[in-house]
Parts: sequence; C-alpha cells; structure tokens
Amino acid sequence: MGTEISPKVDPSQVREHETYELDGVDISGHWNRMFEQRVIFDYDVSQLEKVMDTPGGESMGWCYQCSQCIAVCPVDHVGDYGPRKIYRKLQVGMDFFTSDDLWLCTTCANCLRVCPKEVNMLDIVPAVRKQAVLEGTVPAELQDVFEKTARYGNPLGKNAKRRHAWTKGLEVEVPLIADLDRKVDVLWWVSDYPSYHPRGMEASRSLARVLTKLGVDFAILGAEERHDGDSMLRAGEEGLFEMLADQNIETLNKYEFDVLLTTDPHAYNAFLHEYPERGGTYNTMHYARFLADRIADLDLSEDVLSTVTFHDPCYLGRQNGEYDAPRDLIEALPGANFVEMWRNKQNGYCCGGGGGGMWLDGLAAENQSMRLSEKRVLEAVETGADTLCVVCPYEVSRFEDAVKSTNNDGALAVRDISELLAEAMGLSTE
Amino acid sequence: MSNDILVYVEHLNGEVTDATFELIAVARSIAGQTGGSVDAAVIGSGAGGLAGSLGGADRILVGDTDDLGAFNPQGHASVFATVVSERNPAVTLVPYTSVGMDVGNHVAASCQVPLVSYCLSVDPGDGLSGTCQLYGGKVEADIEVDGDRAVFAMLAGAGSADDGRSGGAGAVEAIDASTSDLAVSFIGLSEPEGGDVDIAAEEILIAVGRGIESEDNIEEAQELADALGAALAASRPIIDQGWLPKTRQVGKSGLTVKPKVYLALGISGAPEHLEGMRDSATIIAVNSDPQAPIFGVAHYGWVGDLFDFIPEMNDRLDG
Amino acid sequence: MNIAVLLRAVPDPVEELELDGEDLDRDFLGYVLNEFDDHALEEGLLLKEETGGTLTAFALGNADEVEQMLHTAIAKGADGAKMLGEELEAVDAHAQAATFVEALSEGAFDLVLSGVQASDEVDGQVAMLVAAGLGLPHVSVVVGTEAGDGSLKVTKEYWAGITADYSVQLPAVLGVQTAREAPRYVAVARIRQAQDSGALEEVDVDQPENSSGVRITEMRIPEVGEGADMIDGDEEAAAERVLEILQAAGVR
Repeated sequence: MGTEISPKVDPSQVREHETYELDGVDISGHWNRMFEQRVIFDYDVSQLEKVMDTPGGESMGWCYQCSQCIAVCPVDHVGDYGPRKIYRKLQVGMDFFTSDDLWLCTTCANCLRVCPKEVNMLDIVPAVRKQAVLEGTVPAELQDVFEKTARYGNPLGKNAKRRHAWTKGLEVEVPLIADLDRKVDVLWWVSDYPSYHPRGMEASRSLARVLTKLGVDFAILGAEERHDGDSMLRAGEEGLFEMLADQNIETLNKYEFDVLLTTDPHAYNAFLHEYPERGGTYNTMHYARFLADRIADLDLSEDVLSTVTFHDPCYLGRQNGEYDAPRDLIEALPGANFVEMWRNKQNGYCCGGGGGGMWLDGLAAENQSMRLSEKRVLEAVETGADTLCVVCPYEVSRFEDAVKSTNNDGALAVRDISELLAEAMGLSTE
Repeated sequence: MSNDILVYVEHLNGEVTDATFELIAVARSIAGQTGGSVDAAVIGSGAGGLAGSLGGADRILVGDTDDLGAFNPQGHASVFATVVSERNPAVTLVPYTSVGMDVGNHVAASCQVPLVSYCLSVDPGDGLSGTCQLYGGKVEADIEVDGDRAVFAMLAGAGSADDGRSGGAGAVEAIDASTSDLAVSFIGLSEPEGGDVDIAAEEILIAVGRGIESEDNIEEAQELADALGAALAASRPIIDQGWLPKTRQVGKSGLTVKPKVYLALGISGAPEHLEGMRDSATIIAVNSDPQAPIFGVAHYGWVGDLFDFIPEMNDRLDG
Repeated sequence: MNIAVLLRAVPDPVEELELDGEDLDRDFLGYVLNEFDDHALEEGLLLKEETGGTLTAFALGNADEVEQMLHTAIAKGADGAKMLGEELEAVDAHAQAATFVEALSEGAFDLVLSGVQASDEVDGQVAMLVAAGLGLPHVSVVVGTEAGDGSLKVTKEYWAGITADYSVQLPAVLGVQTAREAPRYVAVARIRQAQDSGALEEVDVDQPENSSGVRITEMRIPEVGEGADMIDGDEEAAAERVLEILQAAGVR
C-alpha cells in the first residue's frame, strides 16, 4: 500500500548527529532532526500522541507543516482539510477519533505523493478509524453500509442472489464458473456497482460484448462474489474486510483461472496488496490494462465523434501506477479527440468515492462547499470535452449526479471505457 | 354463549376514533349474517358522554371511570376482559392500533380465546374464518379459527367508518369499571407542538420513504415540494431518524391524510403507512422495486430511480 | 436491573417471497433480526448502562442467522445469550411465547423487552403473550423508558405524534417500537470476538407446537400494481406524465 509512491524510509537506519564534521568543516546543528516532531512545547500534545501511539498512526508526528499536502488535497479545494491542518488541530486539542475530520479523507494519496516526511494518511486514517469503529462511533450513513455489506455482501443492500441479474437477456454468453466446471483463462471479478447499479450494469454488458468479440475465454462468479472489502478496510471496518476477504479467498481458491480480471480499481488494489497475506494470491489485472494490451485485436471501425477527457481513478493511477492503458484505449477510438484535464495522472483530482467517501456524502455536504465529484466535473467541462471517460465503477454514478447538480446535463456525458469501445466496435451499449 | 359481536371502543380526548367506527361497520356486517347483536364497550374517562355517538351498536356498555387516565394498558384491558368473559361473544373486535394491541392480547390470553392479528376481514360462515395481511403486506393469508369464539384485531380500512357512524339511541348499560392493584398507572398525555405545517390540511403532499437514503437528499425533495406548493411528509423510518419532525409522519403512528395528490417517493407501502394515506384522491408512487406494495394502492406508478425523477421534475418546474 | 431481551429472526423484508402451500417457501429464505427487537435490545442496553445489572438475550431456533443475532447482542454488551431449541421453523406466536416463558422462568428478570410486533404474528404479539404467560403487566408500542426506584417510567406512542407516560411497577414486559437512541453499531471484529467468548449457550427445549387455535389455510401473494396505471419510459416520460396528472387533478 503506497509503496509505489516513493521509497520507504526506515527511521531505524538513519543516524542523527548532535555534532558533525564534514571534510574538516563543522556543520553541527539541528538541521538533521528528521524524526522528532517540532512542536512548540507549550501545547498539550496528548491528542497528537494518541494518534501516534495508535498502530499505523506513527507518521502523523513527522509533519513539519510545509503545506505541500494542502496544495494537492482534493478535500481542501472545497473545504478546510489536509494532513498539515489535522496535525495543527491535534496540537491544539482536537480528538481525531470523534471528529468529523476523521471521515472526510478519501485516501486518495496525493498528500503522500508530495510529503517530504512521508506522513502517511493511508496508514493513519484507517488506523484511527479502526479504533473509532471498535468504539461504535461511526457516522450513521456509513454504519448502514457496513451492516448491509455484512449481511448482503454488497454495500447497496441488494439481494446477493441477483448479483448476475445483469446478464439476463444478454445476447452474448456470460457463464458462471461454477457451471463451467473447468479452468478458464479469465475470471472476471465484476464487483458491486457494475452488478447492481443501472449504469454499472450497462458498462458490464458493454464489456461482456467486447470480451466476447475478442474471443476471450471468461466466466464470472455470480452470487458467489462478495464485496472485495478494500473500501471497508480504508473506512476502518477491518473485521468486516477480513470476513469478506476470507470468504472471497475461499471461493476463488475453488476455481482454476489464469487471470483475475477486475472492473474496480479498489478490488484490484485489494487483490494486489491485501489478499496475498490472507492466502489469496492471484494474477490480477485491471480491465483497462487487459484491453490496452489487446488494442491490435480490437476491431475499432466505427467513429466515436466525441471530445473525450479522462479521469484517473486514484486506486488505479496514483496508487498503482497505471496511467497509460486508458489513454491508449481512448486514443485508439476512431474519430475521437482526447483532451487532458489540468489535474491529471499523478496529480489527478479525486472523485470523492474512496476511503468510504462513496457513503459519506451527508457528512461531506456539511463540511464542504461542493462535492469533489462536482469540482471534478467542472474541471472536465472546462476542457471543452463532451464526454468524461471513466474506468472505475464508483465514478459513473458520482459523476452523473454531479453533472446534474452542476447544471451540465446535456453538456457532458459520463461513459465507461467499455461503452466507448463497444460503440467503436459497432456493438450495443445497452 | 352468544352469537353476539362485541366491539372495543377506542377513544382519546373525548372523541371516538375512526378505527372504532370501522369496527362497528364490520360488526354490523357480521351481525347481518349471524343474526347476533352488536355491543360496543366504552371504558374510561368520559365514557358516558361518548355513548351518544355509538348508535351503530345495538347495546352500549359504559364503564365510566376517572381512575385510569386517558388510557391504561392494564386497566382498560382488564375491564374489557371481564366483559368478554361474562358475555362470551362469538366475535370480539379490537382495532389493530396502539390501544388495541394491549387490549386484544390481554383479552385473548386471560379469556383463553384465539386472537387473529393483522386482520382484513372476518367471515362468520361455516365456523369462524378470515383473511390477514402478513410480512409487511407482501402476503395475504386465509385463516380458520378452532372453536366458535375469537378476538380479531382489525387493520385500518377493514370497514367503512361512515357506515359505522350513527347517532341515535342504542340501549345503554352500565358496567363495572373498577380496578385494583394495577401495576401500570397513567401519568400524563403529551401532544406534539404545533407551529409546523399541518400536513392533514395540505392539498398536495410529497412523501419520502427509505428510498431517499440520506438526510442530505431531503433538501432536493423539499425543493420539489416548494416548486409544487406542496408540503413534505414522510414514512416512519425517516421520522425515526430525525430527518423530519414528527408532525410530518404519515401512517399508523403518525397522521392520516387525504390530500388531492399524494406523491410517494421511495416508499415501499407497508400496511402501517398505507393506513395513513390510502384515501388520498390521487396517489402517484415512484419506487425502484416493481413489487413494492405501494403500487397496489396507487392510482399511478413509475418504476424507477427517485434520484432521476426528482431532479427531472425540478428542472421542468424551474423553467 | 436484570433484563431479558427476546430476539426473533423474521424473513428479510427485502426478499421476494415465494410460497409453498400454506407457508412461505423457506428453503432459500434469508432471515434477519426483527427490526423492533433490535430497538428492544438497544433500550435494554441503555437501561443496563444506567442502572447496572445484567442483560440476557434469548432467541428461538438454531440457524446461522440466529447465532449471528445473539453474538451481535453479546458484542453490543449483553452479558449472556441463550439459543433455544433446534431448527428454525415456522412457529406461531403462542408457541414462541410458551418457549420463551419456560426459559425466562428460570431467571429472575425485572424487565422483559421485545419488539412490539413481528411480520409473521398472525395469532397475537409474542411480547404480550409472554407477559400473559408470566403473569406480568405489559405495555405495547413503547418509545422510551426512564429508570426510577422499583418502577419504570414508560412512554407509549399512540398516533399523530401523541404519547402518554406511565409508571410501571416491575417486573413487567414491554413491547418496544423505538428505543431512545438508534440501535448502536458494533464492529465486525467485536462480533467475531463474541463468537470466541463462549457466552452463547445452546439450550435444549421441547419443540414448540402451534396451539393458538388459528390456522392458516392458504397464502397468497397479492398482485401489486394491478390497481396502478403504470407509466412507461424514463424519468423524462415520468415527469411529463406526472405534471399532466397534477394538472388534471386541479392542483397546477
């Protein structure tokens, strides 16, 4: 988690010197105090220490208030947030464990990317949230989602048996791996929103058609698939994540497949970084990369006459280093014109769905001037694009809502790359 | 042993409730088939004064007492139980309400009589039978009673309140309403503060249910209400969460409304809610579940996402 | 105060129900904790926290969902939990109440709480039937309690927002509609801890028999939407039609 961003510094390997002579020159001083907090000692720093003493929260104390993080924090752009500000609030007595601030972080990792001290919010925030969850202090809207996910295996609270209802009536075959009773090349991990949300289901159907046209040997799990758990982990429900992961690993280990193909970057992230230590190691690919590797085989013959911009999902791009695959696919669309938003690739602006944010819109509304997704939609509109292309299932619904609430209905369409590819291949997108 | 039907008279603040008149209508219809007579038992404070509105019954049993306050779950129930065991009616009717729940269960248990709950209709034909509504209104069940006596707890709408209303003089008989050693004693009644909208007086109501999902979304629904000159109402789960005040609650534990238009958004239509709005002149329902029971009482329905519907309506009303 | 809370598993209201003769088809039916019982548990936990004492949860039947409900109760703060009987079967309210009464008779409980109603109680409300079986006073539709000395102040809800306060001498049984606070959240990790704690006791009981004198002879799923004139199309079509309807109704 986060190891792609910059090399990990190991404090135990660093030697700090009170005095030092270099090439005969005395350069003694406190220039190399890297790992102590530099506080003005008049403050009662017990709240800060409480965070630092929480396993996972240690790096909070390394902040030296340079503010690089604030410049890139997506929540600060529409509110008042960021690691430096959290640090300052802790100094002056905020109880992070019971504050609204605990729940506003989307774990987008842009702060970690730029932090010279590697204050790691991706470790800190889930660690503190874990304690809050154990105490039962969880925002009500998130509590509801935890309970639904535990009971139904998906955060939408939909009937688990209907997870593959999106395949009903589809003119291409989407087999259940349990029915096939053989090894498949590709086991497609569809995820919750692409299974249950109307726009997600459309994207799934488009992808099914594209994969079929490509001649890929694939199958899905259907009702055996449960929420991957990554977002629950970032939201502090470690027990729920473990329960889901163990169930999913037990299911996956029953079957034989070469590639575990994910639609959802959050699931991708979990399979890469969290599942192996629980006994689930799979050859995981995100569908954008899978398709980009096969561009030559995609029969892209129909014009897609759109000006398309692309939103880098945090969990595919910044956190896992994949920026090129979706761009290659968009550039391959005949007739399409690609434009970049000004915050792109490593500096992509979060849609607000990560870290449990998908289910904390109520709290966000109380603390922000607008939703992150609305801010991002305005940015997309600025490029002159008529289409915002996405490759993460949280985004279609978030951005479509934002298009409406920013009065851009009709000006900007939000489409999954599968839908654009299907259109370019002359396939249906319904 | 008698062929008679005994009705429990529910009253509060000096008024007999509509639920009671519905029971009388049902009792009259049963009496029409069995030839029995309809008795109505009114117990508590001011009982005597209420007899005048109970002309729909053949006999009115009055247990006037000031010892029990507005209603006493234990006191009223035990007085009524004595009436039931002494008179042994074939059919005893209680409303399926907060009051009826205490009374019906107590009577059934102490008089060792079957109790039929969630009841829609009673058939005194060949033995006692009826129809009930279970599982939140999703299932209708026909039932039969062993023996020839039972207590029926009737759902709202089982009878027509207007049919049960009648002035005139039924025979009035005093009954003993004394009680002793009650473990439950009445302290006082609380009514909600006014000052808010009276949804029962509104022409158009926009009602939101669980489908609205979060407090944050209520604002958009309010926008729609404002644009239509309507008031916002809600089903119980929304009120329980505190997203709207109690004065906006429609349903069994809220208010009964009969507006010209009732637009139900994201409400599934459990019986407790339907009870509060089924007589609205025009009911339009929006729900993503095609099986939602609300479509059974609605005049118009659309299966879809209310988060698409509300903004679309707001857009059109803006222009 | 020694408190008992009676929990019931009911068919999940989100399920599409299927029928099998005079009963539901229970082969693949999902069960959940009756929502009102969840509130009863919360009110019980609040009273326990205020007055000290113990809280024991009871549930009928032996199934994964029932175990889960009881472990969750322990994780939330119940001191013990008893799972009564074997398979989760369709048992009427009288039979459920009789089984609870027998289990409760062995403890000395000051207060028994359960949900005011459940969706399958065709022959009466279990909470009230338990009260009758124990010879205790009962109040239904409770929306709040306040502990006193040897008595409890209980708030009962009527309609239109009207409530009444009562003083109830204990021991007593209450049918709870809503607790003073929303049912608390408990982390999955704590539920798993509860699973390992051994506080759940399985108790053998005689299989309860339906004896209420009320028999279901047929079940039907009423056809919904047969009354409603359904609007076809997307939200644009729906909005257009609804505005037409409003105009025709004379309110626009």
